[in-house]
Amino acid sequence: MTNFIRLTLAATIAVTLSIGSVATAEDDTIKVGVLHSLSGTMAISETSLKDTVLMMIEEQNAKGGVLGKQLEAVVVDPASNWPLFAEKARELIEVHDVDVVFGCWTSVSRKSVLPVFEELNGLLFYPVQYEGEESSWNVFYTGAAPNQQAIPAVEYLMSEEGGGAKRWVLLGTDYVYPRTTNKILRYFLNAQGVKDSDIMEEYTPFGHSDYQTIVANVKKFAAGGPTAVVSTINGDSNVPFYKELAAQGIKAEDIPVVAFSVGEEELRGIDTKPLVGHLAAWNYFQSIENPTNDAFIKQWKKYVKDHDLPGGDKRVTNDPMEAHYIGFKMWVQAVEQARTTDVDAVRQALSGQKVMSPSGYVITMDGRNHHLHKPVVIGEVNEDGQFDIVWQTDMQVRADAWSPHIPDSASKIADWSYPHLCGNCTEPKIKDPGAASSPASQ
Amino acid sequence: MKLPGFVAMLIVMALTGVEALAGEAPDFDDALRGLGSKSRTTILQSIEKLSELSDPRSLSALEALLDKRLRSDGSAGLFIVDDAGESFVDALSGEGVRVDAPDSLTTPRINNRVRRSLKPLIARLRLRNPDVSIRLAAATELLNRPSVDAVASIRVALEDESDQEVRDALEVALARIDLTSDDPKLRMQAAEVLGERGDRNHEVELKALLVEDEEGQFAEPDPAVREAARSAVEKIQRAAFLSDMAAHFLYGLSLASILLLAALGLAITFGLMGVINMAHGEMLMVGAYTTYVIVGLFETHLPDLLDAYILVAIPSAFIVCGCIGMAMERGVIRFLYGRPLETLLATWGISLILIQTVRLMFGAQNVEVANPAWLSGGYEIFRGVVLPWSRICIVIFAGLTVTGVWLVLQRTPLGLNVRAVTQNREMAASLGIATSRVDMWTFGLGSAIAGLGGVALSQIGNVGPELGQSYIVDSFMVVVLGGVGKLAGTVTAALGLGVVNKFLEPVSGAVLGKIFVLGFLILFIQRRPQGIFALKGRAAEI
Repeated sequence: MTNFIRLTLAATIAVTLSIGSVATAEDDTIKVGVLHSLSGTMAISETSLKDTVLMMIEEQNAKGGVLGKQLEAVVVDPASNWPLFAEKARELIEVHDVDVVFGCWTSVSRKSVLPVFEELNGLLFYPVQYEGEESSWNVFYTGAAPNQQAIPAVEYLMSEEGGGAKRWVLLGTDYVYPRTTNKILRYFLNAQGVKDSDIMEEYTPFGHSDYQTIVANVKKFAAGGPTAVVSTINGDSNVPFYKELAAQGIKAEDIPVVAFSVGEEELRGIDTKPLVGHLAAWNYFQSIENPTNDAFIKQWKKYVKDHDLPGGDKRVTNDPMEAHYIGFKMWVQAVEQARTTDVDAVRQALSGQKVMSPSGYVITMDGRNHHLHKPVVIGEVNEDGQFDIVWQTDMQVRADAWSPHIPDSASKIADWSYPHLCGNCTEPKIKDPGAASSPASQ
Repeated sequence: MKLPGFVAMLIVMALTGVEALAGEAPDFDDALRGLGSKSRTTILQSIEKLSELSDPRSLSALEALLDKRLRSDGSAGLFIVDDAGESFVDALSGEGVRVDAPDSLTTPRINNRVRRSLKPLIARLRLRNPDVSIRLAAATELLNRPSVDAVASIRVALEDESDQEVRDALEVALARIDLTSDDPKLRMQAAEVLGERGDRNHEVELKALLVEDEEGQFAEPDPAVREAARSAVEKIQRAAFLSDMAAHFLYGLSLASILLLAALGLAITFGLMGVINMAHGEMLMVGAYTTYVIVGLFETHLPDLLDAYILVAIPSAFIVCGCIGMAMERGVIRFLYGRPLETLLATWGISLILIQTVRLMFGAQNVEVANPAWLSGGYEIFRGVVLPWSRICIVIFAGLTVTGVWLVLQRTPLGLNVRAVTQNREMAASLGIATSRVDMWTFGLGSAIAGLGGVALSQIGNVGPELGQSYIVDSFMVVVLGGVGKLAGTVTAALGLGVVNKFLEPVSGAVLGKIFVLGFLILFIQRRPQGIFALKGRAAEI
């Protein structure tokens, strides 16, 4: 019933929106699809991603657009409804004929649109850290893979600096990303000598709001030794979760909570004073100091002000927004090099693209597995809802699309270059180097 | 300075080494300066050094470091700034100073590791604070993070500590440390103290004594101490079991109160009037948004009284939702009495209209309703069981609302009319009751009470346009399980579901727990379609 209500609503909004955009469509524009939930449980995280893409488009248009044409955004609202994501993706590609799509947050939404993009040969930039175990010919992953976020975070908490945690609580929302990430972490922890009895795994539904029992159980579990909590809770459940942590007086010095889906934007609605010291691992924080980031923050604040977005001067930047920044710039560079927006040509040109990112590093697109080489940064929540950086890698880390920690996927290869040409195989697709075929036909 | 305090200080000096005062004053200054360093390693070393010196003069600088009020000018100068960030005090001399360029000063950056060594040291130095609550917090901190360094300070503090609570905490803290001492007598004593007053956090340490290695050697050589440890573990486990049960019950009660507030309005509109009211959830949502609007008004017009917004939000939500409910009844529902399918569709349509209206007015994103200061934080009901103030207040609020509704229905003319009309509409009409007007008031009352539920929900969860959607199923569940038309049934069902859910959750997890409850409900309704409390007599036949 609830889904049906959402579906109807979302369809109504989408139709209204699409009528609007069709009316203004002209042939001399390049269309950019934006596929982010603007309502429902994920709106807390995804709305600012839509705004980021619109901001980047506005900036690019002010510079004269791409290939002499103006960019035109086509915004749809999949309303945190996973099957609707697939419908909206199809609509973007088939009806609106967009050349590229920036979208999705949850892995379940990405999994839902994946067949559509592969069938219609679309191009998707996915900006959020995720569980890996995937590499698609049609997707460029600008967020972190587990070895660029989850694994380093756990290693940090194990170290003396991070508190030397011996027991682990893996807490997540009940869907593919937390379950897979926790599977990888469990293998990793087991390999580090952590027994299964020292790992507590717990899941809650999307939109869950009563964390009393879970937080009390975490406290109980922590009586057995130094404990750290790894939270893969997604969406607006984070607000009641952190409120409950504060209410039950869980201090970061005793039981640090490291979150993989909580950034500056999610903390905006929470009083962070009782949460000082809890951690988040990302590839970027607003508090990183360098000229590129200063310019990025300034550009964002100005965009928010000019467009009078809700939240006003309280709006912040965060990692997935930075990922869209990188992805968008890379796409523009690739289109200009390829002199066309044709997906196959742009994909070719995207390989090896470099962008100076607000994280302070030059980020490279790995043409083989479609992921980025990014730095890893760990930050502690401070009183202002920002993060104090406590640890970071010396340089960019290459993403492992397939985790070496899971026995089943350790031997798998994601390599879209010759002669492998696959996102999920154990040996090269092209065995006879003489008879190369087009990758699109495989 | 009081005499015992002075004596205590002398003893501390004797324990930490008198030469600390005489010859190592530069050491103290250096260590203090180290707190302003850019490198966290240097800060940690300084804290270690200060911990050895245990000099009360370092307290204010340490506190400032923790609160990020410490400023360094990069060389010898170290300043403590007040909360407003205006006046500066020299950390070394303790005298006020004028700082010409406050922006050029740096704030030393700390992380959890620094906090872990900083907090016990601050706690140790605060043990002689005149304020009991600060001493208690300090003692609790030492209790949670035992370190051998603190033994001397704790023993000294115990000597002239008068407050029983602080003494208890200190004794347990001492026992935790003594458990690893070389003296079997001390270990024995420590095990006994922990058995009496310890909690689950100390079980591991006691159990460590009982570990037997491969050669049959116990970690604890003395059998008498082992025996004491064993009985202490048992005592702790017994107490922990009881406190777990009590905690599940309390959490269940708090969930029940939320279910009850969500369902109470529906118990009237659906339970008493028989309207299948799909827009009930949206009344909760409108109540929550009314709270949000009231917070906004207070922020702009009465920022000083912000904490009291809830007192205005409650009647406002009651009136707003009541009016919407009456308008709904007059405009749509009264034409559809006795046609349940049409009512269902019509109220569902209304719910969609309300959701979309709110989305257009306030945006699709969740809005933030901050708890008033007096509702944030929690109260430790007994050791290890913390209930947030917001939830405690919701339990009380739910109780008051139920009493209020019961009084209205049983003790007022309106209630009498409502009961008469729901029992037998024709008979009531022939006795001169304006049934149509009573319908309007009843529906308005049900909606208004849903609005009160919305105020409560805004304090614990997210406020968004879809808020009502997540509660509508639960609300119908409670009303149907309790038996349609019975207030007592609704209360019992809410209590039952809440408590059962919370006892199941630790065993099966939140997701499975919900499935079990729904499965149980299906079975129950099959066996007893009329719910827990069935209407009897003539009313049941209509």
